[in-house]
Amino acid sequence: MSALLEVRDLRKHYPVRKGLLGRAVAKVHAVDGISFSIAERETLGLVGESGCGKSTAGKTILRLVDPTAGTIEWRGSRIEGLGRAAMRPVRRELQAVFQDPYSSLNPRLRAADIVAEPLRNYERLGAARAREQVAWLFEKVGLRPDQMVKYPHEFSGGQRQRLGIARALAVRPKLIVCDEPVSALDVSVQAQVINLLEDLQAEFGVSYLFVAHDLAVVEHISHRVAVMYLGKIVELTDKRTLFRDPQHPYTEALLSAVPVPDPQAKKKRIILQGDVPSPITPPPGCRFHTRCPYAEERCRREEPAMTEVRPGHLVACHLRTAVQP
Amino acid sequence: MSAAPVPASAAAVETPLQRIVADFAANRLALAGLALFALILAAALLAPLVSPQNPYDLAQLDVMDSRLAPLARAADGRFTYWLGTDDQGRDMLSAILYGLRISVGVGVGATLCALALGAALGLAAAFFGGWLDSLVMRVADIQLSFPAILIALVLLAVLGQGVDKIVLALVAVQWAYYARTVRGSALVERRKEYVEAALCLALPARRIVFRHLLPNCLPPLIVVATVQVAAAITLEATLSFLGLGLPITEPSLGLLIANGFTYLLSGKYWISFFPGLALLATIVSINLVGDQLRDVLNPRLQR
Repeated sequence: MSALLEVRDLRKHYPVRKGLLGRAVAKVHAVDGISFSIAERETLGLVGESGCGKSTAGKTILRLVDPTAGTIEWRGSRIEGLGRAAMRPVRRELQAVFQDPYSSLNPRLRAADIVAEPLRNYERLGAARAREQVAWLFEKVGLRPDQMVKYPHEFSGGQRQRLGIARALAVRPKLIVCDEPVSALDVSVQAQVINLLEDLQAEFGVSYLFVAHDLAVVEHISHRVAVMYLGKIVELTDKRTLFRDPQHPYTEALLSAVPVPDPQAKKKRIILQGDVPSPITPPPGCRFHTRCPYAEERCRREEPAMTEVRPGHLVACHLRTAVQP
Repeated sequence: MSAAPVPASAAAVETPLQRIVADFAANRLALAGLALFALILAAALLAPLVSPQNPYDLAQLDVMDSRLAPLARAADGRFTYWLGTDDQGRDMLSAILYGLRISVGVGVGATLCALALGAALGLAAAFFGGWLDSLVMRVADIQLSFPAILIALVLLAVLGQGVDKIVLALVAVQWAYYARTVRGSALVERRKEYVEAALCLALPARRIVFRHLLPNCLPPLIVVATVQVAAAITLEATLSFLGLGLPITEPSLGLLIANGFTYLLSGKYWISFFPGLALLATIVSINLVGDQLRDVLNPRLQR
């Protein structure tokens, strides 16, 4: 399995500034040491509740924010320190689809210009060729070519998200970071957009980093899933294993909160006590020990490392033991 | 699907521009202001065609006709001085039309230059941030802490008289308003995802600034610019009145008012009064338009 993207111990801390001189008095540990990789044609789901750092992780990989520490390897070469010019060829292969279909499209540009912009930026295309390309992209994402002259406000939320996907797809990227691409959409439209993303993956062999908080959506689209809690990945494994046999207590609780469309179904709900601790002062030891029903003394002192409990299944919990090779 | 019914035809969807035009037209007073300003602008532009006399051509002036009251006939019976004459025997109506031309020209010209400079600096400050942002905004703060007239007076005292110099002085006084306004809205736009998308596409900075940020920051800029045209015209008139603005050979409205000022108490009111009235009408019409534009383009007041 050749990794397209390899992230190691990525950290992003935001300073909390106070006072007249704006001295940094504390740090928000938005992303606090996460590692994962994405292979070609693979979809990695990144889930967690709001504020756990999953969107920041996506933005750091896109280099929209600079990482505090850690490495980002793109097809074998590190990109976390590259400047604007050096990032240019990487950006062509690394695109993004955003959460808000209303603010992610410039309201002053016509749909065709929004989709043509990446083409104009990366390829010297004649007007006719560019138009042809845009029409082709419109068709690929399920929009009609006669909608090319419209402005974003004339489209519905789902159509706007299709426009965003067309824009990302225009330069034929290898990886698209999808930052909650369907959470602003109605459920029926969500399904359409998810199916579109899957069709495009099958046709163009693109990989996705799919950031979301909706487990059902992630279960549908992902090959592997990483669960984040308070800036850390607590569990990472393939989709089937994660949903059938979660190993981390947080994943367990998260899965038990997914509604089952069967009124007769009896299900054990794990209801977590308390709130997520502040990412400014994350608890020592295991991040989850303040709310974990199984927490032991060791959990309060020692931070658990990611251990492989079975091949390809990584869990950061003291209560799970590594497989003996 | 979304709950709101989707209009079947594209024609049913109102474009933002159509909405702005409709909202603007809802206020009769603003429409009247727009009409008055259009009239003034037309009169100023067509001054050489519509005025009875070329007030700059000394050969056409007749000293015998000096200080005639409104509606007086010229000594040689060529035409009527509708608004009287000044102490050079100049037809006031012609002088006002030519004066408007200069006043409006200087006001609009200075505003456009200040807009371009201020918007460019403000956008750069918002987009790049850091030391550039601090530098531009602190200079603007210092600039705005002095009265505009003081800065303009000092500059003109150093530079001397002339249309180009007064435009320069007005730009120096006014750029800061645009820089501040555009920076404020650009900081909001900068956080939006379409700018992040543009960054992901590795678009050059100037393209992001001018194609993505600027068009979305225009509404507040237009409002400020309308109000500032009036301010620029007033400031130019004030400077000319004080004798620091335009040379006496090209009298603007301010200079015309100053010329008649000495006669104001000797009953020859018209030499100052009519240029003053023209100035007032110009400023009021622009402000009416500006106020309505501010209401129409303010997202918080939208119906």
